[in-house]
Amino acid sequence: MPLDVLIVDDSSAIRKILQRVLAQTDVAINRVLEAGDGNEGLELLKKEKINLVLSDINMPNMDGLQFLTAIRANDEWKDLPVLMITTEGSQAKVLEAAHLGASGYVRKPFTAEQIKEKLAAIHL
Amino acid sequence: MSAPTIERLDESLVTDTLCRATLEVFGTMLGMDAVAGQHFTERAPQHPSHGLVALIGMAGAWVGTGAITCSAELACKLSSNFLMTEFASVNDEVLDAMGELSNIIIGNFKNEMETHVGPLGLSIPTVIFGRNFMARSAAENDWIVVPFDCGGEIMTVKICMAPRERRPAPRGNAPYVVE
Repeated sequence: MPLDVLIVDDSSAIRKILQRVLAQTDVAINRVLEAGDGNEGLELLKKEKINLVLSDINMPNMDGLQFLTAIRANDEWKDLPVLMITTEGSQAKVLEAAHLGASGYVRKPFTAEQIKEKLAAIHL
Repeated sequence: MSAPTIERLDESLVTDTLCRATLEVFGTMLGMDAVAGQHFTERAPQHPSHGLVALIGMAGAWVGTGAITCSAELACKLSSNFLMTEFASVNDEVLDAMGELSNIIIGNFKNEMETHVGPLGLSIPTVIFGRNFMARSAAENDWIVVPFDCGGEIMTVKICMAPRERRPAPRGNAPYVVE
């Protein structure tokens, strides 16, 4: 089944790059929705049926870890795959994201191959 | 994460880390070469600037600012490579792309420096574009500057950091002033 994907990043540049990378993967995409922070992301999750989330961590208003916490606190989204894509590369942040329920973690700068590998590992 | 292990930043540690962080971004996300030039230190700029400057704050046991500067022409070229879209002039997309590039470069630098100075947080990037402006930090420390030759155009990456407890009192309310 083609996926509805939500990209959450305050940079429109990164959202555009991730859209391009998604188009290069073997993953069948129905449509890609975009949000500029966690608050906007949550609003879209409530309105739309999303199958995959790609989220930054450092964002204004609601950051990616708060967003992830809110996702996992909702039974409806507890199994939703969430891939964190961020400049935050410290082991502490990676572990925190994993503890909060991230499905994968990619550090910026990234290559298209790294994103493809992580998506493959999520077993969409 | 371990506590800060050093009390003074070695200039070569900063410049080596800046070079690695910047060149990795050029190699992975811009698909273009850049050559690091001779680094130098500077205090506040003495003359008005023009072009683009992207600023990101860092805070932890050490505090400071990372900055990236370049001409409008180079900003368009870097953004074109980053987004695979041609830009002939600076617009919102170029400003956003340069903010994100700065975020990735300074974030990459921060990740490596954390092993020396302890955990650091990053601010959201601020990008300024214009003519005849001056930008200065409220801190009085020197900036460590590394110029990069990007196909004949120069982009500079600058860092100003100091231990939090030794940070000089700011001279004004704003951490950065654009005149």
